Amino acid sequence: MRRYLPIICLILLTIFPLVVPNDYYLHLMILVLMWVVIGTAWNLIAGYTGQVSFGDAAFFGTGAYTAGLLTTKLMISPWWGLILGGVTAAILALPFGWICFRLRGAYFALATLALNEVMRHIGTIWESLTNGMVGILIVQTFMSKLPYYYIVLTMAVVSVVSVRLVMRSKWGYYFLSIREDQDAAESLGIDSHFYKMVSLGIAAALTGVAGGFYMNYMGFIDPHVVFSLHDISIMAILVGIVGGVGTIYGPAVGAFIMVAVQELFRTGFFGTLMAAAKSTGSGYFIKIVEYFNMAHVLGFGLLVVLVILFLPNGVVGDWDKILRFLRLKRSEAEA
Amino acid sequence: MSFFEVKDLVKNFGGLLAVNGVSFSVKEGEIFGLIGPNGSGKTTIFNLITGFYPLTRGEIYFEGKRIDGLKTYKICKLGIGRTFQVVKPLARLTVLDNVMASAFNRSTTIKDAREKALEALEFCGLAHRQDVLARSLPIGERKRLEITRSFATGPKLILLDETAAGLNPAELNKAIELILKIRDNGVTIVIVEHIMRVIMSISERILAINYGMPIGMGTPQEVADNEEVIKAYLGEEVDFA
Repeated sequence: MRRYLPIICLILLTIFPLVVPNDYYLHLMILVLMWVVIGTAWNLIAGYTGQVSFGDAAFFGTGAYTAGLLTTKLMISPWWGLILGGVTAAILALPFGWICFRLRGAYFALATLALNEVMRHIGTIWESLTNGMVGILIVQTFMSKLPYYYIVLTMAVVSVVSVRLVMRSKWGYYFLSIREDQDAAESLGIDSHFYKMVSLGIAAALTGVAGGFYMNYMGFIDPHVVFSLHDISIMAILVGIVGGVGTIYGPAVGAFIMVAVQELFRTGFFGTLMAAAKSTGSGYFIKIVEYFNMAHVLGFGLLVVLVILFLPNGVVGDWDKILRFLRLKRSEAEA
Repeated sequence: MSFFEVKDLVKNFGGLLAVNGVSFSVKEGEIFGLIGPNGSGKTTIFNLITGFYPLTRGEIYFEGKRIDGLKTYKICKLGIGRTFQVVKPLARLTVLDNVMASAFNRSTTIKDAREKALEALEFCGLAHRQDVLARSLPIGERKRLEITRSFATGPKLILLDETAAGLNPAELNKAIELILKIRDNGVTIVIVEHIMRVIMSISERILAINYGMPIGMGTPQEVADNEEVIKAYLGEEVDFA
């Protein structure tokens, strides 16, 4: 059963727009699938190769700006940005990796954080190229969300399949060896510096493609959106951690959960909280819910703390643990 | 030209002279022992040979090629394998995956690496543990995994760093057997060991060092009778009269 689960999920995702012809839910699913791409890429470099990146937004934003600038400066279709966004993100990642992979562990993570901030400042300050804080606005190709949905679904499938293929090759063994013990890997004839760059290059390219898609889909970007530390870089980490670090389908599951949770908190459980508070007629309750809605990011953080405490390997990594817990509950209820 | 040779090795950690003028050469097919009290610089010499630390001074030659200054992975590709005194298993991988990761040193396809890894596991007597996670192995088998992994890289020379430490007498005999078997397979061995029963019984020649300096060299018997060596291990004789 478990073997066919990915296929079943894929079929469900394919028919989803036909079953739920609602633009709002379609929009959410497009975001989920975009996060599948980013989370899967993050998982390759951080989960499988052990080099935690706090700066995925640098690659995401580079991809997005590539697509945007191709249109506004060179009058080329922004869809070229899908491929070229991946290329420019990899071009950014390789020299960065060449320099910064001398650093290990937390020090490398800090370097990626710095890259994120550097790129955001470049995007803000270099106004003649990027329009600065005004951002870039392009005309979207399609009015309907349907084409975007199938494009991003294809991207998600391609990224999961390609990471799966990579992990089953010689490279995969090398990435895992580097994660487990870099010194041991070196003594086994593995050029750890080079293979860390390979891993980062692939991850950055996938993230850049996602950025290029974002430009096409949203039609508007500015540095604070696409180079955002908390909305992109941290979100990528959360998608990976909640889903399951170092598992193939973990980021896919994590993307679904995180986008759903984010939306729930952002809208105050689709406004039901506010409606409930208003129905009591008490100004006191309404005030509490207002505060609650304003503090939605906090709820988000609490959830992450709980996941790390109780499911350190993520939902996919600790799936057996969850099943055991549920079974225990059921047998207790029966007894 | 000798098979493997180090000349006047010096390593300075800040003010500490960890290795100070060590030279030796190893013949092809030989088992060469390296002994010395704790902290005398044996492991540092291995780290210098495999490029983990840069040399302060000195030269290292392997099959006539100068290898000091090369990166660690390149030295492995040339055919020098090593084990770590503090074992470094790839903890969350299975034993087979550990050995496959090293077998890729000499193969490119999964199938080929798998075959080579299985052969190495069979040869080193770890085949029955191939599907176990490396972190769940007891220390004896972790040491054996270290040897298996470096053997699977297809080396001409293996540096064994205290692979017999912490083993019980039965395991010790098996370890000696394995080291001799690897030598008979055409691999030259340089071995660091504290357990005299092991090093005295298998090495053809031994170099003793203390405070990073050579104090005696020769056959096991010669080294055991060397006054400097006895002094380093047991201290000087004192007359209390």
